[in-house]
Amino acid sequence: MTDLSPSPFSAPWEAQVFAMVVSLREAGLFTWSEWAERLGQGIRPAGAPERAADYGAWLATLEGILAERRVAGPETVAARTEAFRRAAEATPHGEPIRLENDPLYRP
Amino acid sequence: MNQHHGDHDHVHHGSEISPVEARVRALESLLTEKGYLDPAALDALVELYETEVGPHLGARVVARAWVDPAFRTRLLTEATPAIAELGIGGRGGEHMVVVENTPEMHNLVVCTLCSCYPWPVLGLPPVWYKAPPYRARAVIDPRGVLAEFGVTLPETTRITVWDSTAETRYMVLPMRPAGTEGFSEEALAALVTRDSMIGTGLPRALPVEPAEMPV
Repeated sequence: MTDLSPSPFSAPWEAQVFAMVVSLREAGLFTWSEWAERLGQGIRPAGAPERAADYGAWLATLEGILAERRVAGPETVAARTEAFRRAAEATPHGEPIRLENDPLYRP
Repeated sequence: MNQHHGDHDHVHHGSEISPVEARVRALESLLTEKGYLDPAALDALVELYETEVGPHLGARVVARAWVDPAFRTRLLTEATPAIAELGIGGRGGEHMVVVENTPEMHNLVVCTLCSCYPWPVLGLPPVWYKAPPYRARAVIDPRGVLAEFGVTLPETTRITVWDSTAETRYMVLPMRPAGTEGFSEEALAALVTRDSMIGTGLPRALPVEPAEMPV
């Protein structure tokens, strides 16, 4: 190839989702066949048009598997998501957003 | 949208994080705490797929098959070990099958279920490969899909569509362009595009005087 390949990810979060899924597969949390089957179900919601198998679909599929395997339930994930949102708000622009910046953070 | 006027500065107090970014950060931090993930390993994976793994690797496989008939036979018979001869393989390519284009037969690869793709040779799939229109239409109207990609085949060329899965992932061996006799493997590899290995494209037309291309 003479042309430079662009990044396969359109945003950093997509890359993080990809890397998490690959790592968890390698940690034995699921096989690629299970993954493809779950992803395939997830992008075919009942009564709605088929969706792209993009990284948003990967994220939703991963959340579903983690909840089902009792690794991280929806409430836990929602609470941590909210903590990151508060942390971002409390982080001066341009600085890295850390969980510790959440005003309600308890180590 | 607020309209700001006058010369007062808009002061940013905090940082922006989108809902999806916050969800991803949340999962990553929870899974790291629980010992499922190592952030350094995640960074290494991202770097690998952003900088090292991509269709230039598949192009090397194709070019080798064009110049080495014995390799071509091995590649078409049992692709995974043949590709491994070039030091290429690994996750997402545990069982690969290579299908050869001929004047009589053109091959097109899709994953109708989701987005299964031979990562070791092609990297990660392009957006259109994962989208519903391609997944559906590649099967029912492959000739129409090819036309949208600018590929028109002779009426006499049959099209075979291959459905990649998590277990078996396909790659197309395109036809070697005419007029490339005597080309080095490297010059040949430069003609091989990603889409030509999915079947939605053909190799590049000949560049100007390959022997004089700048290094």
